[in-house]
Amino acid sequence: MNAIDINHDGELRDLYRELILDHARNPRHFHKIDDATHTAEGINPLCGDKLRLYAKVDGDVITEASFEGSGCAISVASASLMTDLVTGLSVHRALGCFAEITGRLTNPDHHVGQDIGVNLDKLRALDGVRDYPSRVKCATLAWHALNSAVTGQSQPVSTE
Amino acid sequence: MSQPQENQLASIADCRRDFPALHQQVHGHPLAFLDSAASAQQPESVIEAVARYQQRDHANVHRGVYTLSHRATEAYEGARDKIRSFINAANRREVILTSGTTESINLVAQSYCRPLLQPGDEILITHMEHHANIVPWQLVCEQTGAVVVAAPINDAGELDIDAFDQLLSERTRLVAVAHVSNALGTVNPVEELISRAQARDIPVLLDGAQGVPHMSVDVRALGCDFYAFSAHKMFGPTGTGVLFGKEALLEDMPPYQGGGDMILEVSFDGTTYNELPYKFEAGTPNISGVIGLGAAIDYLLSVGMDNVAQHETQLLDYMMQQLGDIDGMRLIGTAGSKASVQSFLVDDIHPHDLGTILDHQGVAIRTGHHCAMPVMDYFGVPGTARASVALYNNRGDIDQLVDAIRKAQQIFS
Ligand SMILES: Cc1ncc(COP(=O)(O)O)c(C=O)c1O
Repeated sequence: MNAIDINHDGELRDLYRELILDHARNPRHFHKIDDATHTAEGINPLCGDKLRLYAKVDGDVITEASFEGSGCAISVASASLMTDLVTGLSVHRALGCFAEITGRLTNPDHHVGQDIGVNLDKLRALDGVRDYPSRVKCATLAWHALNSAVTGQSQPVSTE
Repeated sequence: MSQPQENQLASIADCRRDFPALHQQVHGHPLAFLDSAASAQQPESVIEAVARYQQRDHANVHRGVYTLSHRATEAYEGARDKIRSFINAANRREVILTSGTTESINLVAQSYCRPLLQPGDEILITHMEHHANIVPWQLVCEQTGAVVVAAPINDAGELDIDAFDQLLSERTRLVAVAHVSNALGTVNPVEELISRAQARDIPVLLDGAQGVPHMSVDVRALGCDFYAFSAHKMFGPTGTGVLFGKEALLEDMPPYQGGGDMILEVSFDGTTYNELPYKFEAGTPNISGVIGLGAAIDYLLSVGMDNVAQHETQLLDYMMQQLGDIDGMRLIGTAGSKASVQSFLVDDIHPHDLGTILDHQGVAIRTGHHCAMPVMDYFGVPGTARASVALYNNRGDIDQLVDAIRKAQQIFS
C-alpha cells in the first residue's frame, strides 16, 4: 500500500541532495586544530547535535577552519561545507556569509543582500531545509558556532 | 467472560474512528501516528465535552452563586470523582488536580520533601527516569543538602532490583520511580519495589505518566504513597494532570502555592488553609482541561483498560518483531515486561534525519533524547527514534513505519 509517491520522493531528495549526503558521509575538515586561535561549541538540544568549531585566524584572514562532533546529516554537511567555504576568507567576509546564509534559510522574504564577493552557490544545497522549520537549526548550527568563535563569545551557542 | 478477546478486539479496531486527527493525509500519505507517548490524540467525545463547557457552562468554579458557575463546578468536581474511581483512590481528598505530571512531582518535592530533608538524606530514583522525575529532586536536594541516588539499569533497560534494594538506606527519605519508562517502555516491577521500600517505612512516588494510558491502575492495590500522571497522554487535553497522595501524608504537608481557593480565611494576622484537596489547588484551575480529562476517562472505561492493554501488547510485540527483521536495526529497550514504546536506531542514520524522512511518508515518531538524557548516556547514543502505540493504532501503522524506514535506508545507502 505504501509505494512511495514520486513527487514526494522528489521533495525528500531536495532535502537530502547528493552533495549533502556526500558531505555527511565524508565530512571535510573534520578534525581538531591544535593551535586554533578561535574555538566555540555549538549545541542543538532538540536533536543532540553537538560540534566544536576551530579556526585559525592570521591578521584578518581565516587560514584554517575545522570541526569535530556528532550530529544529523544536515548539521554535519553544513559544517563541512562551511569550513570548506570560509577557509581563506577574511573574518569580515565570513561574517557576511553567515548573515547571508542565516537570512536565506530563516527569512522567507530574504533578498540577496549586498554582494559579499563570495560565491555561495554550493550552499544552495541546503535550501531544502527551509520547508522543515525544525531542521533549519541543524543547518545553521555551524554558522552560529563560527560567528561566536570569531567574535569571541565564550558561551556555547545553542540553536534552541 | 473468560474469552472476551475476539469481539472486543474488533471493537478496539473501531476506536480509530473516534479520533478525528487520525483521519488526515500528511505529505500525501495517510497519517500513521506513532508518538502517543509524547502526547496522545483526543477522541471526539473529549473534544465535544470541552467545547460544550466553553460554549454553555464556562464560569469560575467554587465561587459564583449563579447557574453557570454551578454547572462549571459540578462538571469540574464530577471529573475529580471520575478520576478517584478510575485509579481507585480511597476518597476525593486524595485527588489533587495539577497542570501535569511535572507539577505533581514538583509539588511532592517542595511540599513533602523540602520540610523533611536533612543534609545527607537521600532520594532514590532510577537511571531510567524522565527529567521530570530527576530535576525536581535535584532542586530540593540543592535547597536542603540531600542527595539524589539513581539505581542502575541493565542492557535490556530493566532496573537492577538487587542494586535498588542495596541502595535503600537509613538515609532514604523517598523512592521515586517511573511506572513505565517513556524512553525504553520498561514496565517496572513496582509492587516489588513498593514492598521493599515500605518494609523500611520509606514512601514511594510512582511517575505514572506512561502507566495510566496503557493499563488499569489501582493505587490502593499498588499501595503507593503518591502517583502522578498527565491528562494529555491519556487522550485528554494538555496542561492538566493529577497527583494522587495518601490522605495522611497530604494532611501533614504544607501548601505548595498560595492564592485563592486554597484558603479558608485570610487576614494579615495569618491565614487558615482550606481542606484537602483544595489546600493544594491555588488559583483558578484548568477547568476545561479537567472536564476533558473526565471525558477521556469515560472513553477509556467504555473501551475497557484490559482490552487496551491486551491490544497494545499484541501490537507492541508485532512492532518489535517487524522492526527486528530490518537489517541494521538496533532495538533499545528490550525488557521482559514492556508497554507501548520502542526506541531504536537504524544503520548509522541519525534519528533526526530518520524522523524527517518518516514524516515525509506520513509516519509521526519522536526522535531525540526523550527527556531522558541519562538513559541515552547509558546506551552511549545521543538520541533514538521512538515509536509508541496507543489503543487507536493498528498493524497498518506498523507496516507503514517499517516501509518508511526501509525507504530511509535507501536514501542513505
Ligand atoms: C515518564 C514521564 N514522566 C513525566 C513526564 C512529564 O509529563 P508532563 O510534561 O505532562 O508534565 C512525561 C512526559 O513526557 C513522561 O513520559
